[in-house]
Amino acid sequence: MSAVLEASGLGKRYGHKWALSECTLAISSGKVVGLVGPNGAGKTTLLQLSVGLLRPDAGSIAVLGGHPGTGPVQLSRVGFVAPDTPTYSGLSIRDHLWLGAMMNPSWDGKLAESRIDKLGLDPSQKAGKLSGGQRAQLALTMAVAKRPQLLLLDEPVASLDPLARREFLQGLMEVVAEHGASVILSSHLVGDLERVCDYLVVLVDSRVRVAGDIDELLACHYLLTGPRRDHGDLPSDEHVVSESHTDKQSTFVVRTDGPILDPSWSVEQLDLEDLVLAYMAHAIEQDRRPKLEVHS
Amino acid sequence: MIRVTIRQFRTEGIVGFALLAALAVVLAVTGPHLAHVYDAFQSSCRAARDCAATTNPVLKMDQPLQSALPFIVILAPALVGLFFGAPLIARELEAGTYRLAWTQSVTRGHWLAIKLGVIGVAAMALCGLITWMANWWQSPLDAVNQNRFGVANFSLLGIAPIGYAAFAFALGAAAGVVLRRTVAAIAVTAVGFTAARLAVTYWVRPHLASPIHESLPLSTGSGPGFLYGDSQGTMDYNAYIQSGGPTPRVGQVVLTAPQVNVPNGWAYLTTAVDEAGRAPTSHYLFQACPVLKQFSKPQQPLQSPAALQACISRLTSTFHTVLTYQPANRFWPFQWAEMGIFLTAALALCGLAYWWLRRQYA
Repeated sequence: MSAVLEASGLGKRYGHKWALSECTLAISSGKVVGLVGPNGAGKTTLLQLSVGLLRPDAGSIAVLGGHPGTGPVQLSRVGFVAPDTPTYSGLSIRDHLWLGAMMNPSWDGKLAESRIDKLGLDPSQKAGKLSGGQRAQLALTMAVAKRPQLLLLDEPVASLDPLARREFLQGLMEVVAEHGASVILSSHLVGDLERVCDYLVVLVDSRVRVAGDIDELLACHYLLTGPRRDHGDLPSDEHVVSESHTDKQSTFVVRTDGPILDPSWSVEQLDLEDLVLAYMAHAIEQDRRPKLEVHS
Repeated sequence: MIRVTIRQFRTEGIVGFALLAALAVVLAVTGPHLAHVYDAFQSSCRAARDCAATTNPVLKMDQPLQSALPFIVILAPALVGLFFGAPLIARELEAGTYRLAWTQSVTRGHWLAIKLGVIGVAAMALCGLITWMANWWQSPLDAVNQNRFGVANFSLLGIAPIGYAAFAFALGAAAGVVLRRTVAAIAVTAVGFTAARLAVTYWVRPHLASPIHESLPLSTGSGPGFLYGDSQGTMDYNAYIQSGGPTPRVGQVVLTAPQVNVPNGWAYLTTAVDEAGRAPTSHYLFQACPVLKQFSKPQQPLQSPAALQACISRLTSTFHTVLTYQPANRFWPFQWAEMGIFLTAALALCGLAYWWLRRQYA
């Protein structure tokens, strides 16, 4: 399988602050990838680098084997839905579809029209008068009617109510099932991703914390609860993702390919949300540690 | 992409060209009559051998339009800068729709080039047509006034306004790209365009070609005059006061050159000097013309104009008038040069916008 996105040491800087740094990532084609992380982790930066809205300050990125945004052909192969799904408020839905047809040689007018029709939207309606959910659907329609090989969606549902969110993701899944594009979808809500994604990338503090097939990730992470002990006491093949301790009890989230053999642990499987939170919490702890030393 | 650009420009375009059409109707209705009255007067005055400009009836016709037209012509380029140029890119950056536009299968460089090209040409066409119509309408007035090269009139005529329109538009667009805010871009465009127009008018245009210096008798035209520096200001006798001309100190007198009309030319300055190019000193003038001493007795009406005339006659043998001017036949070279200056600046601004968009948004 060829990579739809391949980043190596990728970094992007605003002034002196790195919004994304040392991001190394390879995503093979045919996947629906959930890109998750707290606000400010670099999700938007990574996606904008992928579509060519930004250019890297360090490292390299290849999307579908090409440099993002470098020409009409490369642009036509990548569909993009920006956060808050911007549309021209003064133009109607029909105008938007016309715009898409004019600006994309690969435009699939039938697909666009049938989607709008199925959504029950009035093509003569101005985009400015649409609800957030309808606008997001319009933006998604524009992105998929390009017939891209890779569809990038940056927090497309963040501002939508739960129903509109569900409808949007359902629409996305239908399109993917029908036309088979690879998808990278960012969100800070794991619940959204769980429903649609089969691959997960956790981005914290501009770095890739973990990346892998969701099923595999879930299968190799465990929540261990038992009498208090130090993480150094754990077997070396059990990589500690996060830990918390009370006076008598320790809780670890570990990643391991083998089974948990120690009978003193109570072992639980994690759900996706706990898994992601464990990786985020771990990152936050690491950040805080030196600060605490300075102050004590 | 061209059709997309035109579609997105529809509202501004319709407003702009509707105003143009309205102006065209007003001018087309009133213009022929104005031209007719002018022709009629010209034939009758030639018969009567008195074609003094001040008596020409066209000067009193359509007064509101006559006074409004220069404002329309002078404001049109600024308005296309403010309403075509400034929002062109800034609105996309402000609303975030640039992320939609730049992720279609059109590179942003191409996108910008088409936007600047199509709307820029529309801006130039709009202002060019307004200027051309206004010039057509007021051609009888220009024929009467014979002042096409004057500092104010020059900017209202010919092809220079096309350059102004291109510049204002490009300034607005570039400011929008850099500032990302329509309102800020509008403010910068208004200030920048005004500053550029003034700078070119007063600092560049006079130096586009070396003016002609022409020696004329001192008694040309209105004839020379005198200015006397009084503690309360200046007193004058037949003085044509011009900027850059001599001003007397208190208790001193200067000789002022006559006013010379250069039909459709641009007179910078007239000076009264001797063979060596020197103006007479106050001391010399008082000696040569003792009658000038009456200036020093304030609140008295000037006495003995005959003696002053005699004095002027004496000075005429020593002093002459030097007229510094651009002749009427340089009008079109100056128009081309001025348009060229603004078009070049407009292209540079488009280049800046292009560069900025590719560098700063990447």
